[in-house]
Amino acid sequence: MQFSLGPILYNWAPEQWRDFYFRIADESSVDTVVIGEIVCSKRAPFFAPHLAAVLERLQAAGKQVLLGSLILVSQRRERRQTEELAQTSDFLVEVNDITCLKSLAGRAHAIGPFINVYNEATGVFHAERGARRLCLPPELPLSSIAAIAAALPHAMVEVFAFGRVPLAISARCYHARIHKLHKDNCRFICDKNPDGLVLNTLANEEFLTINGVQTLSHSVANLLGDIDALKLAGVGSLRLSPQDCDMVGVVEVFRDVVEGREDANGGNLRLSRIYPHAAFSNGFLHGKAGFSYMGPLVPT
Amino acid sequence: MIELICPAGTPAALRTAVEAGADAVYCGFNDETNARNFPGLNFSRDELGEAIAFAHVRGVKILVAINTFPRASAVDLWRRAVDDAVQAGADALILADIGLMDYAARRHPDQRLHVSVQAAAANPDAISFYVGTFGVRRVVLPRVLSVAEIAEITREIDCETEVFVFGGLCVMAEGRCSLSSYATGKSPNMQGVCSPASHVAYEQTAAGTTSRLGRFTINRFEAGEAAGYPTLCKGRFSTEYGAGYIFEDPVSLDATTLLAGLRDAGVTALKIEGRQRGRAYVEGVVRHFRDALKVLEIGGEADVARLRPFTEGQATTVGAYRKTWR
Repeated sequence: MQFSLGPILYNWAPEQWRDFYFRIADESSVDTVVIGEIVCSKRAPFFAPHLAAVLERLQAAGKQVLLGSLILVSQRRERRQTEELAQTSDFLVEVNDITCLKSLAGRAHAIGPFINVYNEATGVFHAERGARRLCLPPELPLSSIAAIAAALPHAMVEVFAFGRVPLAISARCYHARIHKLHKDNCRFICDKNPDGLVLNTLANEEFLTINGVQTLSHSVANLLGDIDALKLAGVGSLRLSPQDCDMVGVVEVFRDVVEGREDANGGNLRLSRIYPHAAFSNGFLHGKAGFSYMGPLVPT
Repeated sequence: MIELICPAGTPAALRTAVEAGADAVYCGFNDETNARNFPGLNFSRDELGEAIAFAHVRGVKILVAINTFPRASAVDLWRRAVDDAVQAGADALILADIGLMDYAARRHPDQRLHVSVQAAAANPDAISFYVGTFGVRRVVLPRVLSVAEIAEITREIDCETEVFVFGGLCVMAEGRCSLSSYATGKSPNMQGVCSPASHVAYEQTAAGTTSRLGRFTINRFEAGEAAGYPTLCKGRFSTEYGAGYIFEDPVSLDATTLLAGLRDAGVTALKIEGRQRGRAYVEGVVRHFRDALKVLEIGGEADVARLRPFTEGQATTVGAYRKTWR
């Protein structure tokens, strides 16, 4: 079983962004790192000055680097950026929108979790056109994951195993709306919430997380208790999505559980210390409501 | 002349839509292959055959929506729906899943295919992928685009466009939203339902009404305030900056005032949402748009107040067609 670090979904300060990846390169055993601003094209210029140094450091550390594409592409500028990305030959591109599939056809690429691969026929379609890796949509139950993986013996099948779960993308920015700002003049207000803005119900239940144009779960996906089932289903890689916590530690917990040095209960206890107050969930994998948690009990 | 595409959840609604002036009616089979998979709704194989015969005699087309994403290991159920719709004489199939489009294009190369809004083809490059790969003839555009953006898209692509002009309004990119399954386990993409009635509860207290979806409170209404249906993204929630309709106010789309702009943008067809709605809705909304299109031809102004009884919270918006929030 391999591990990949998903792209940072939040609007982190550029130096925090750079230092995060430097530390991943220097200290983490993660196999693959997906880089790129995939949520909001307006944020990308802030990270651009540090990109070359980050890529170099990660490669020097032996990490496989993927470049993630924007989830929702509508403006001309976004189309141009996406097309430029698709022309990259130095790195594998992870596709998050249909936009660049035409350019990538016949060349090796990766399919990201924002492309709808719900069944084996669609998985095979992508593999035949050059998809070497597929990170499946977080909504999929284990039975679907197993059927897709069985149909793709030569591709790396990956599932979303840690982090707040991306649930929706919109043309409209909810950070801007909440702050009564226009999207085009948003003052990058989402930078106030490097781990997302908590959305509660009117009964004060923690429910969702706002991240600009993206909506995520409030609960944190945690598949530590499902590792054996995932191995059996043919999953080759677990995706760990960066939260504002010690992600080097998160990778080590997952690796220890996968490689048998720790059981799931012990792993959960360590995760709860690394990322305090996280409510875990794995309902999607079990075919239940996504917020629910069917794993080993979380120590209190 | 711009086409008017109308919804039908039942054979009776389909006949109503045809008689009220639809150019085409879209409908689905009564199973999880379509994105309005509600109890008591949609068409059996026989009903579809009869509907097509009824419509074709009157010069009206029938479009069959097979627009959920096939469940792994059960893809044959969706492929059978494609085969049966073709066999029945459907004028077009409305598809969302790439694997299913691939099947339909290979198996039925002469069948007209439309890209469902659920496929989230939001720009010319994405649309060109579907046109170039599967030979699709029309794309239903996501409700995230402005009229100017639509005009730009129609200029660049080699297929027809269809846009929503009335009805429920997804604020999230369609076909890319798991909010409903996060709260209930049932999603538009997989089961063809969003915020399903089976998971809805209303709780009455002296202070008013609370609406819930699964375990989550979606809204609270004071005594006397009309309690709307708890569609997840239309709920009232709170953040540290205050409470309110965080995603979207409970409004319906009504693009009556934008018809001229959409026509000038090069749109081929206008679509009315609401296969889950009754005959009165179908009749009222279809007649309104048929009349509005006639008025448009002679350069007049349509009566915009007429649709209010059919709208959510009796309030409307032109949605993303005019991006006031940008």
